[in-house]
Parts: sequence; C-alpha cells; structure tokens
Amino acid sequence: MKKLVKGNVALCEGAITAGLHAYFGYPITPQNEVPAYMSRKMVELGRVFIQGESEIASANMVLGAAVTGKRAMTSSSSPGMSLKQEALSYMAGMEIPALIVNVQRGGPGLGNISGAQSDYFQAVKGGGHGDYRLIVLAPNCAQEMYETAYDSFDLAEKYRTPVMILSDGIVGQMMEPVEFNRPEIKEFANKDWALTGCMQREPRSIKSLLMREGSLERHNIDLQEKYEIISKNEVQYESYLTDDAQIIITAFGIASRISKSAVKLARKNGIKAGLLRPKTLWPFPSKIISELAKPQTAFLCVELNHGQMVEDVRLAVNGKSRVEFLGKGGGGIINEIEILEKIKKLVK
Amino acid sequence: MKHEIIVAGFGGQGVLLAGTLIAQAAIEQGLHTTWFPSYGAEMRGGTANSTIVVSDEEIGSPLAFNANALIALNEPSLNKFLPRMAKSAAIIVNSSIIAQTEKFTENTYFVPLSEIADKTIGNIKTANMVSVGALIKALELCADHICKMENKILNINSAVKAVETAFYAKPKLVDINKKAVLAGYDFIEA
Repeated sequence: MKKLVKGNVALCEGAITAGLHAYFGYPITPQNEVPAYMSRKMVELGRVFIQGESEIASANMVLGAAVTGKRAMTSSSSPGMSLKQEALSYMAGMEIPALIVNVQRGGPGLGNISGAQSDYFQAVKGGGHGDYRLIVLAPNCAQEMYETAYDSFDLAEKYRTPVMILSDGIVGQMMEPVEFNRPEIKEFANKDWALTGCMQREPRSIKSLLMREGSLERHNIDLQEKYEIISKNEVQYESYLTDDAQIIITAFGIASRISKSAVKLARKNGIKAGLLRPKTLWPFPSKIISELAKPQTAFLCVELNHGQMVEDVRLAVNGKSRVEFLGKGGGGIINEIEILEKIKKLVK
Repeated sequence: MKHEIIVAGFGGQGVLLAGTLIAQAAIEQGLHTTWFPSYGAEMRGGTANSTIVVSDEEIGSPLAFNANALIALNEPSLNKFLPRMAKSAAIIVNSSIIAQTEKFTENTYFVPLSEIADKTIGNIKTANMVSVGALIKALELCADHICKMENKILNINSAVKAVETAFYAKPKLVDINKKAVLAGYDFIEA
C-alpha cells in the first residue's frame, strides 16, 4: 500500500534507496524535513550525516565526499542555495557527480518561507561562476520526489556532473501517497577517476585550477561536448493533450499541477488547451516546444515567479507562436481559476 | 468528485494529525489525496491548520480556494477560514470553546468536541479525532440530503482503519482514537 509522506521525506527515501553514503546540510524552511529525516535515518543505517556549520561548509563537504566516488548530497532552500553556488561551480568544473536539492521559497533576500519558483534562473543559467551547466530536474509530486532523487545519482555518475533537483515549498511540505517501488542499490560501479588513495596504482588528481596554457580552454571544450551529449540524451517532459491544442501551457513543478487542472477546466469549457511540462529544466525540452509552435497556437507559461522559464519557451518558440506569461511571485500561489480566466482571454 | 477540507485550531490541538487521518482514510479507499500544512512559526498556543484535498481524480493544487469542509477547533480559526468556504460547506464547530451562534451554512454542526473527548473518551487530546468522525458524518448527510452529491467520498470504516496506520508506532493509542472517531461520527444525527 502507498504510504502517506511529505515530498521532502519521499526525496530522502529516494536518495537513501539509491545508496546515498553521506548527507551534509544546514537547516532552513521549507526543506527542514530533509536534514531532520536524514539525521535519524542515515545514522540508523550507519551512514554519514553531518550538519555543517553553514550552507557553504555543507556544500563543500559534498564535494569532498563525492570526489572519493561516494554518493553524497546536500539540500537547502533558496537563500541557502545562493550560498552553495561556489561549491557547485567547483563541482561542475571538477566533474564531480553529486545531488543538490533546492526546495524553493520566496525571494529575493531572506524572502519568506512560502513555496516559490523564483530560482529557475539560478538553477539553469549557472548560479555560480564559469561556463557550466547542471542537470536540473523538476518533480511535481511526492512520488516524483522519490523517483528523481533515486535516479539522480545514476544520472550524475553517468556524466560526472552535479545534478540539481529544483523543488519548491509546496511539493516539499505536502503529503501524498507514495509507492516506494525502487530496489535498493548496494553495489556501485568502479569509478576510474575517484580519489581513493593511490596504493598500487598511479596517483590521480582532480582540480578546478587549470593554469597551464590552453588547458582550461581545452577543459571547457570537453565540458561543452559533454553538455551537448546530455542535451541530446536526457530531455524529459510530460505532454498532456497538446496534439490538438490551440493554447499550450508550459509549466514545471507545482505550477504544472495547477495548470493541468486548468487545462481540464478549459476543455470542459470547450477550449482546446494542453500542457507541456518540462521534467528536466536543463536540458530544456526546446525541440518539442519548437515542434508544437505554430501560428495558430498560443503558449501560456505559468510560473510561481515573475517570468523566468518563459524566456526559454520564447527561445524555443522562436517567434512562431504568441507566448504569454502568467505568474505570481513572493510566495503567492496561483489557482486554476486564475489560469482558466487567462486562457479564456487568450482565445478571445 | 472533489473535497477540499480545512482543519484548523490552536497549535497543539492536533490539527495536523487530524488532517493526516483524513488523507490516510482517502488512501484506504484508493482515492487521490494531498495534505498540506501551515508550516510557519506556529507553536503550541498559536494557530495551525492543514488542508486536505480528496478526489477520485488526479489533484492539481493541494491548497483550497473554495473549500467545502471546515473543522474549526477554536474561534480564531473559524473567523479566519469562514470567508473562504463554499456556500454549502460542511462546518464542524468545536462548541466546547466556541460560543454557539447562528449557523454559518446550512451544514454547520456545533459539536462539543473537547467535552466529548474529555468526558466520553477520557482524554481531551482526542478532540481532533472526534472532529474527524463528526466531519465524515456531516459529509455523508450532505451527500444524502442537502448537497445531492453523487457519491459519498469518505466513509467511516476507512477512517477507523486509518487510525491503525496513523498510530502504527503507538499501538496503545489505537483503540482510544478509534473510539474518539466513532464518538464524533455518532454524535451527529440525521
């Protein structure tokens, strides 16, 4: 039988079942259930749990643990995630696989503790310095919190890159029935790059400071080639009633669920609406959006911010369709009636 | 068929737990459900609430914009949430500590939750469980007579079963809480 758990707890179970060796974190609402749950469960399992002295420290502890080939993660909410950006840039540069979770709250600054989606830019456009990308996953329910956390380590290791789960306070705090249906991972592939002590083999080194002439340029080209492959292979999206749609809503995470209800309401009102939900925010499902973009179709991007993903939708649509935006920031939550009203205006 | 239910009261009255019991009952019946808490700076004595959505369809928003059921365990909660309720909403008012006034909706029920918990069940902490039983009966009556809803979405058997799941780690508390749920259910008469 399905178990009633919070999104944050489902996420922990996903990571633990995927063989998480070490969790490092620092408290902040609305992700607090993650360190709280980990502090008990990881210790019971004889694995590592450390509450760092700060977000910065915990993110760098992830770097240190993951460079040895172990599965490590950290989590925070928006202001805390800003503090972790330096370590993220280093991990991307050093090609260290790890999981970073942002259960977003309202911003900017300390903001508030309500759910929000205003860290989209930070998650998909860098956040830290340098020319890097993170694989960014956007679950929209507790079941997906479990599944994406579980899958994220394989994905991170496959490409030697940090993976971010961009969730929000609503998905994190909400309880839903979850089926814990994934097998426990106990064996891990040998990593030919991991720093495990060089007894009886050549020493390895992993660094992000590449001072020799041309070496950083070369490294960046390698990274970009890797990102190109990820872009080809790892795009995930959900397409709902888009085939005949005259209005296509694009939305991720919690906004996509509310939008789906609005699509159903619109259909009941005789309006051909559909939903295209990116499950990966990077790589972004640009190809499918571009294919759906036609002169007679309109796009409506719904976000709990003042318009971030809409920029990527516009790039993908590339002028072929009208693109409108509907959003609320600062922790405001949109409802399906508000979306329906906007849809009605658009089809007029 | 969708229910948006708000359970609200003082922090410490068990509004979060009462909410999870409703959500768990929905799971027992194979329905879709979400439970969303107030997770701010609530503490014992402050106000707290949880919102439960129960549906036979996939649920979009876990928040209630037109709630059709309210359990108000204290007066500030009643005042806060009354304006957000649908016209025909089923409302359970804890009349032990809220002055009994006019019926806010056709389906308002004044139930001395704290008194039933204290005197009949023997533990005032079970007032939240009494309220869940009362709400289920209120929704049933609403479905039967007043709202002409097409089906009864929650039933008392699943709520009783949900107590076993909710108190899995504290088996000693299962019986008393079952009794409390049933006492609330039986208090409201057709």
